[in-house]
Amino acid sequence: MLTGLKMQNVYVDDVRFGKTGICCSGAEKILSFDPKSLIKSLKQDEPRIADVRVEIARPGESTRIICVKDVISPRLRIKQGSSVARVRAFKNIVVVTCGKIVAYQEGIIDMSGPGADYTPFSKTINIVLDIEVVDGLTRHEHEEVMRSAGLRVAVMLGEISSWVERPDEEKNYVFAPHSSKLGHLPRVVYLYMLLSQGLLHDNYVFCRNAREKDFLPLIVSPPDVLYGAIVSGNCVSACDKTVTWLHQNNPVVLELLKRHGKDLNFVGVVLTNELTDLAGKKASAQKAIELVKKLGAERVVITEEGFGNPEADLMMLIRGLEQAGIKTVAITDEYAGSDGASQSLADTTPEAKMIISVGNANELIVLPPMEKIIGPIQDLTKLAGAYPQSLREDGSLEIELQGIIGATNQLGWSKLTCKEV
Amino acid sequence: MGIKTEKKIRVVHYLNPTFANLTNEEKEKLATMAFLCFEGARRLGKEIEKISDGKIEIVKTIVGEDNHVAERLEDTAEDLIFYLQTYAYASSAIDLFIAGPAFNAGRYGMACGALCKAVQEKLGEPSVTAMYKENPGVDQYKKDICIVRASQTAVGMKDVLGKIVSLGLKLVGGEEVCPEKDGYFPHGFRKNYFANKTGAERAIDALLAEMPKTEYPMPEFDRVSPAPPISGKVKIALVTSGGIVPIGNPDRIEASSAQKFGEYSLSGIQTLLPTAYQTAHGGYDATYANADPNRVLPVDVLRDLEREGIIELHEKYYATVGNGTSVGNSKKFGQEIARRLVADGVQAVILTST
Repeated sequence: MLTGLKMQNVYVDDVRFGKTGICCSGAEKILSFDPKSLIKSLKQDEPRIADVRVEIARPGESTRIICVKDVISPRLRIKQGSSVARVRAFKNIVVVTCGKIVAYQEGIIDMSGPGADYTPFSKTINIVLDIEVVDGLTRHEHEEVMRSAGLRVAVMLGEISSWVERPDEEKNYVFAPHSSKLGHLPRVVYLYMLLSQGLLHDNYVFCRNAREKDFLPLIVSPPDVLYGAIVSGNCVSACDKTVTWLHQNNPVVLELLKRHGKDLNFVGVVLTNELTDLAGKKASAQKAIELVKKLGAERVVITEEGFGNPEADLMMLIRGLEQAGIKTVAITDEYAGSDGASQSLADTTPEAKMIISVGNANELIVLPPMEKIIGPIQDLTKLAGAYPQSLREDGSLEIELQGIIGATNQLGWSKLTCKEV
Repeated sequence: MGIKTEKKIRVVHYLNPTFANLTNEEKEKLATMAFLCFEGARRLGKEIEKISDGKIEIVKTIVGEDNHVAERLEDTAEDLIFYLQTYAYASSAIDLFIAGPAFNAGRYGMACGALCKAVQEKLGEPSVTAMYKENPGVDQYKKDICIVRASQTAVGMKDVLGKIVSLGLKLVGGEEVCPEKDGYFPHGFRKNYFANKTGAERAIDALLAEMPKTEYPMPEFDRVSPAPPISGKVKIALVTSGGIVPIGNPDRIEASSAQKFGEYSLSGIQTLLPTAYQTAHGGYDATYANADPNRVLPVDVLRDLEREGIIELHEKYYATVGNGTSVGNSKKFGQEIARRLVADGVQAVILTST
């Protein structure tokens, strides 16, 4: 378990194709890399890759990236002993993987226009890998190839961030919940739910599948999360799947750390799974609640991943904790229909007295045509959140927020919310 | 100079005989008609004009008898619209329709709601009414119109008229209104907007606050008690939200947020072949459902039971996609499918999800 993490962030002004390295011209810092050698090395490492196109998308450009699978922070991780680590990261660059749709649930990133407000990745410089795999792969193999290619490129680029002598920003996270100085503050635990249902609804924790038997629920430290304990392997709806970047930059963990020692005592993180069967859900909820109690929590913030049946898990957790006298706040998104007239959640409980809503994923948005489309355009209307008639003649797209990467993500990065009118 | 040049807001006001202070003679006349029309304001209408500080002029007062109107809501609404359209062409158009307040009078509430809704939809003019929270008109019409919160009886008259006037003026002016500030029942629609803080920040604020306010009050689910068991040889139908459809998805049922369901024949079909059926569902890995669609819609086993003489399988099945599909749509699909199944003499249904 990590108790200390030093984040060293590097910001660049642009990313370009060229000789691999960091070039500083005047006050500008530019990352350049050679896409051909990147592609060559990816193909060498992974024979199941048939082809890769590498593109750069910048904030404000008239660019739409479609069928996005995952978004990853390029970073270099250095362990310094068993409990302390250092991370070098390009803070405003992300690696985006996209490609042929396998489960309808990949998503859109718009770099400008109205859609840009709904995704965190319209504000970053995106290195996009549009990957084609060889014929004959199963969907699971297809996704595995995509996932590892993205991670590999994130590591390769992350390495370059260490070529910059001095980072632009340094943040030190020390996790010491047992200090006597914190005794008067409310003890807060973060209960972090992860989709773990197999069948392309997976997450990986410390390189293990989150649905492995006798693994989760599990206590981890906040620095573990920020160091990258969790990797997304998800094909659930784009709006609320937590891409790897959001795990690496978990807004709830960052906010709790910011307020730790001031108005709360952040005593730990409990990771829990969302299984497919009722017995599994009950057993996991019970164990997660035990772990929360073991950490001595007085208050708990819970984040859900996905929607539908995970709401049964969420409500079991809330009910159990509230009945044990532990105050809960849960973050969830809503599926209230495109007119907002339907009930928002698939399960409810009277104990869920404090819900933070990150928006109605069914609400419609019209995305204007873009000059440049990256990714397999033929799959556009198959995305979850799209309708057969979504693509209009003028090239604009009428779609539910559901189709936009991160639009109603339940880790709460966005200011989007919902109210009854 | 004392001459007001400002144009007054022209209002039509609907009342029942009690609040309109009808004379016996007028009451007798009303008994023979759908409603009575008066020029200008009656009792309560005068009060409204006064409260509005001269901004409102009640140009017509319509009076209907509660029982009569509540039993003929649609007809009365139609008559009223016809009358107002004719009147509006004859003179200058109206700006606002006010009905009530109806307080806790149920039939009066239903009449106010139906007429407000008709004016809004057919004439495109704003409308306001007011009711007590338990008036059946609230549940029936809050979705469509602005219903100001009123007390149970006319004791709170002055306060509620003030709210009706201020909300009515805002609606005429095209100003933005909201349920909390303007004191009306929320329409029950969820609407997105951007808050001042992120979800994570709001969550931690709420965690530490003394009296935090939830952003999603828990609704109550319908509870259905299980039907008694059936016996003897029964006709059983299959209905699924797992998206099993004939190959090519002929009805184009959406992979998520389904807008429709499909009805498909099972006559002569002994098993669902992967070459003939597939799933349209986008919320789960379709590999195993597509390899053997019987896994989601168990036609093969039900045919076995049929051969064994235990059941009869209904010759049609119904399919939709349950992935993110709204409760509203699901309810609608369920009601229509149930209607068709009952009409076909089906006694039991096996519902399969995923």
